[in-house]
Amino acid sequence: MILNASGCLDALTAPGVARSLDAFVTKTVTPLPRAGNPPVRIAETDVGMLNSIGLANPGRERFLGETLPRLRALGVPLWVSVGGFAAHEYAETCAAIEDVEAVELNLSCPNVDDAPEMAAEIVAACRAATALPLYAKLSPATWDLAEVARAVADAGADGLSLVNTIRGLALDERSLRPRLGPAVGGLSGPALKPVALAAVWACHRAVRLPIVGMGGVQTGRDVLELFAVGATAVALGTVLFADPDAPTRIRSELADELARLSLASPSEAVGIAHAGAALSVS
Amino acid sequence: MPRRERRRVVAAEAVGPYKLLRIERGGIEPGRPGQFFMLSAPGRLLPRPMSLCLAPPGELAFLIDPIGPGTRAICAAEHLQVFGPLGNGFDLDVALPLLVGGGIGIAPLPYLSEALGRPPALLGFRSSFHAVAAYLVPNSDVVLEPTFVTERMPDGFDVLACGPEAMLEAVRALAPDAQLAWEAPMACGYGACYGCAVEIEGKWRRLCVDGPVLGGRVQGQTQAVSERDAA
Repeated sequence: MILNASGCLDALTAPGVARSLDAFVTKTVTPLPRAGNPPVRIAETDVGMLNSIGLANPGRERFLGETLPRLRALGVPLWVSVGGFAAHEYAETCAAIEDVEAVELNLSCPNVDDAPEMAAEIVAACRAATALPLYAKLSPATWDLAEVARAVADAGADGLSLVNTIRGLALDERSLRPRLGPAVGGLSGPALKPVALAAVWACHRAVRLPIVGMGGVQTGRDVLELFAVGATAVALGTVLFADPDAPTRIRSELADELARLSLASPSEAVGIAHAGAALSVS
Repeated sequence: MPRRERRRVVAAEAVGPYKLLRIERGGIEPGRPGQFFMLSAPGRLLPRPMSLCLAPPGELAFLIDPIGPGTRAICAAEHLQVFGPLGNGFDLDVALPLLVGGGIGIAPLPYLSEALGRPPALLGFRSSFHAVAAYLVPNSDVVLEPTFVTERMPDGFDVLACGPEAMLEAVRALAPDAQLAWEAPMACGYGACYGCAVEIEGKWRRLCVDGPVLGGRVQGQTQAVSERDAA
């Protein structure tokens, strides 16, 4: 299953791209509207990009009243990304959402402390508020991600989304001033791939939950590697910015990779990096 | 949405400090003046937005300031991925056009000038070396810093402008109905990244889908689009 990473696609301006995915994950919705951060919001780095969008979104009321009905009309399975600044804010949004495939809890936004007990507290509050499948999206920038994974699993999460961006900073070539308006932003792209692989690896060993792997996926080979460390689905982020055709291209490359390893389906690749015996390449 | 296609670079000609990049057009539509294309160079993660400068037969031409690693890679490439045309262009239904440009912001004006029948233009540059690019815009008068275009802007024209933000704000103060082509760093060009959001008249807009041309009579349209798509 191939999704978009939350905040990396607007299905309403690019419905064709959304339809090339197995499900569309919305931009994170918060209780109140947020304008987002001041420009500059985007900077390319050597092997990645920085963003500081700042959870720009129309707020819960307009999202539910205007955006969600228009997204439903596209006919693409929907995941709603939910954000907030306290457990009850997440839970109130979850309680108001019906009839979508899943809810992804953005537990890694800048103003939310993602210590294990806090992430688990949010998941528990949302679990009490909805019967929809709950995916906890975690930051890899924590001292023991496996512990956070166990805590959110115990609190009732149905799956994990790994990983969100990590903080980075880039300086202007000439002025040596930060290139982003707020100086620091989230690092994504190929630079994040080893971080994502390590996070999925650790959480696959820690909990028995489905994992949406993401971080630096550019090719079918990258998808295969995330499956190999334990992801059961994959999300595309930065690659969608440069290449709106990425979902179709990556699917085709993944099929070639699987055939090369004589694997009949992506599910056969899940977790093989943890297995004792090496694969034989045909 | 247009398709993203690989095209050969025909030439990269020096124009003062800038490069005029000529690319094989193939079947790609040049679009309306003021619209832009995302150009991706091999080995770079993100494309760069460039408004079309000229549409000679069989080619698309872009005026580029090779100011950083991304733009330098584009100017050095033999092939580029070309995705466009994107965004809104200028409204060409104007009675008495005056083109106003500053620095690399003159990039869309040659194509716009052609479409409007070579109206008068007023261009501002940092130096005479930068002002070499003025030959691309017919019927243009040039001012050099410390003189600004707004010191020479005559009254009574329908102004269509592109340039640095400070210039556009100054132009709008003198000509509130001016059509202004704005610029912001963007990762995608099709509404996905929210990187190009700018605050204009108290509203946040994604320049790639709501712009890059805002103001004048286009404003009503873009505002409606903005409210629909910001959601």
